[in-house]
Amino acid sequence: MAKKQSIQVKVNGRIREAQVEPRLLLVHFIRGFPGLTGTHVGCDTTHCGACTVMLDGKTVKSCTMFAVQADGCELLTVEGLMQNGKLHPLQEGFKEEHGLQCGYCTPGMLMSSYALLEKNPNPTEEEIRWGISGNLCRCTGYQNIVKAVQYAAGKMKQGGKDDLPNIA
Amino acid sequence: MISRTSPEIGGMGHPIKRKEDLRFIQGKGNYVDDVHLPDMVYGHIVRSPYAHARLKSVNTEKAKALPGVLAVITGEDLAKSNLAWMPTLFFDKQMVLATGKVLFQSQEVAFVVAEDQYTAADAAELVEVEYEELPVLVDPHKALDPGSPILREDREEKSNHIFHWEVGDKVATEKAFVDAEVKAKVHAVFQRCHPAPLETCGCVADFNAATGRITIYLTSQAPHVHRTLFALVSGIPENNIRVVSPDIGGGFGNKVPIYPGYVCAVVASLTLGRPVKWIETRSENLQSTGFARDYHMTAELAAGQDGKIKAMRVKTLADHGAFNAAAQPTKFPAGLFSICTGAYDYPTAFCEVDGVYTNKAPGGIAYRCSFRVTEAAYLIERAVDVLAQELKTDPVELRRKNFIPPHKFPYASPLGWSYDSGDYDAAMKVALDTVGYDALRKEQQEKRKRGELMGIGVSSFVEVVGAGPAHTFDIAGIKMFDSCEIRVHPTGKAMCRMGTKSQGQGHETTYAQIVAQELGIPADDVTVEEGDTDTAPYGLGTYASRSTPVSGAATAMAARKIRGKAKKIAAHLLECSEEDLDWEPGKFFVKGAPSKSKTIQDIAFAAYTNIPAGMEAGLEAVDYYDPPNLTFPFGTYICVVDIDKGTGEVKVRRFVAVDDCGNIINPMIVEGQIHGGLTEGLAIAFMQQISYDESGNVQGGSFMDYLIPTAVETPHWETGKTCTPSPHHPFGAKGVGESPNVGSPAAFVNAVVDALSHLGVKHIDMPIAPWKVWNILKEKGVVN
Repeated sequence: MAKKQSIQVKVNGRIREAQVEPRLLLVHFIRGFPGLTGTHVGCDTTHCGACTVMLDGKTVKSCTMFAVQADGCELLTVEGLMQNGKLHPLQEGFKEEHGLQCGYCTPGMLMSSYALLEKNPNPTEEEIRWGISGNLCRCTGYQNIVKAVQYAAGKMKQGGKDDLPNIA
Repeated sequence: MISRTSPEIGGMGHPIKRKEDLRFIQGKGNYVDDVHLPDMVYGHIVRSPYAHARLKSVNTEKAKALPGVLAVITGEDLAKSNLAWMPTLFFDKQMVLATGKVLFQSQEVAFVVAEDQYTAADAAELVEVEYEELPVLVDPHKALDPGSPILREDREEKSNHIFHWEVGDKVATEKAFVDAEVKAKVHAVFQRCHPAPLETCGCVADFNAATGRITIYLTSQAPHVHRTLFALVSGIPENNIRVVSPDIGGGFGNKVPIYPGYVCAVVASLTLGRPVKWIETRSENLQSTGFARDYHMTAELAAGQDGKIKAMRVKTLADHGAFNAAAQPTKFPAGLFSICTGAYDYPTAFCEVDGVYTNKAPGGIAYRCSFRVTEAAYLIERAVDVLAQELKTDPVELRRKNFIPPHKFPYASPLGWSYDSGDYDAAMKVALDTVGYDALRKEQQEKRKRGELMGIGVSSFVEVVGAGPAHTFDIAGIKMFDSCEIRVHPTGKAMCRMGTKSQGQGHETTYAQIVAQELGIPADDVTVEEGDTDTAPYGLGTYASRSTPVSGAATAMAARKIRGKAKKIAAHLLECSEEDLDWEPGKFFVKGAPSKSKTIQDIAFAAYTNIPAGMEAGLEAVDYYDPPNLTFPFGTYICVVDIDKGTGEVKVRRFVAVDDCGNIINPMIVEGQIHGGLTEGLAIAFMQQISYDESGNVQGGSFMDYLIPTAVETPHWETGKTCTPSPHHPFGAKGVGESPNVGSPAAFVNAVVDALSHLGVKHIDMPIAPWKVWNILKEKGVVN
């Protein structure tokens, strides 16, 4: 076992400190905190994207990063999407458009969609499908997920950027 | 007719949003790997690198010496408590941890327990296992050859033959084939694939030595049955076992069997007195848990020159892997495969199936198969297309000519089923109109002239779901009823629990809608729970699309019992006789004087505060529902494909799915089920296969090459419906969850074969990967 290292990561605005082995995967680091088990593991080859989180403004599959690499970074996970007791338009969209069934891919899907809409607030269907192509879903056939992202895009246009949590 | 409730009540037919979603969209679901208990430790399985090998020694010393390691359990350890083998759900047994030899690659050999999951994985590397390789059997067609190795030395019968099963009238069928003017034959392999739920299998076993009770958090689609089996195998009294299926990240049939990892975690917790968590990786899931299909089928149809089908003959070889662990009703070794006569009306058929052992992982029944209906529907729908080719007739016309007509229901099928209801031509018509069939055929002709490849595939399937009637259906002896318990609180809100277990199908929402429909209590006021065997009534679980047909029925029946009592209370409150009362969802009122009424909420309060003399207090009921028959949903799917000649890539241009599952509880949820199932069908038809090389190495054992379509590969699905209620179901509903997977593979394959039929192509086995099509095009001289 390699020597543990001290790391400090800001997760959903709150500083989390831990002593970790260098080999500890970021996803296990995140899931190790009470209440942060929304980020899921669906594979062992970096395909499924159920572990997707935002790291310093970019999506990463947290199963393919060591926690030590996130030292000093800011993370946004699904638990941080809700702001002031209000669902993020994407969360609302997934519910309204039935964009989830078992709910296992949902947190990662939400994070990828979040990143997509930040870059491209007005995506076409094709852009949405490519935008979430790093995320596998077994239940929905994606069609309602596309609608959910479109719903959120529409909602965010009305509401403006204020609806987005500020993690920068 | 089902009376329509108001949107506020939200009964049958309302597309109400799901109650489940609020926790899932916030990351607040509670899946097995989210369970964290004080003092919890972690298990990791050591697996066999060989497909067939003698175990010479298992040395655990180095692993045990690693700091943080608490135990290493081997097959020999389990054998001491008679747990090295466990019974399967199908008159066979399966090794928990190998003793003597291993029978498939990735088989469980040892179970390491450590303080954390990383240490457990490290220790697993330190377990030294010495193997002596044995000859490997992977080709099921060679399983019964005299020279093939006998895999199961533990059995009395020294053969790789598991069972022979046949059904139908052999003599009449043979005669029909002798007399037939036209015959069609197809050899079709339904390849081994895997349901691959996004959440893998896992558990947390928590034995409390102080109370003597064990709680097992389990990815289980059938928690009550699993509790009973744990009790029978372990000897722990059933009242001291609590199985909890929390939120499950998809099941798709993968989470019906009991896996060795569960048993090992339980043993470890009993031994260590600490909670033990075991969560498998994706590769372990694909390589060792319940696969699907692997049916090697031959179908023949006999017909007249006029296209009327006279008979069907089917011979099938079923590859079951090393242990027969197919999770299916006891009397059905080939599941409900005998639904393979399909949507067509002909007098006779004969079907036989042989199951064999091979050096592969066990399974067979999974992945929206409804107990082998996927194989059956695929086979008949392929065979009908081959017959259409023989007759040089349009596949749609041939189907319509042979459909069981609506007036013949209930229809006695030649292989023994009684189809409850159907109007197959109605669904066909909707599908044809939606897709614009005639125009597509014209377009295809024009394209052919230009040398372009376009195909249209049709599949008119019949499902059989809702197992099932107690006289015929049991799992390990337990009759396949299901149940519901509803308890109405004094303030008119309700709590209900069922014996099923959702894995994303939306039961928490739809069962509440049934209660809302029957009692008029708003669905919002009805809390639904499943999965905790301490609290929910006993049921057989959720698989084979049985929840709506069985537990859905139980829910309506329990609600009706409550309504019966509520009527008596209403009569007491209104000071009239029961006969003077009429019901509309939510209230009883005096006939002819609708202003004199009592709402269900008034009545619920009275049930606790103002009870008629001689009546028990409270307002609750239980129902254990034994279905009189299964339900037979159906549909017509039409797929349009374009093929790129340069690459062999098949592009699904359109897919129209018309489903009929009788009366619908929640159309939004049904549509979601269809989308998901069609996407699985697409994956099976074009991408997915678990195969084995000659040495028994599993291929496609990770997401590197076991492909799950992304949003990019998945086409836009067009859905439609007709409505033919089930006459025997309390509210006319049928199951539907598996229809899209059952019905769609034939539509995809028929479309590709149709695109190539003018080249003389009659059949292509799945998965139809681009290289396969490209090879055909090359062979036929279409490309160089």
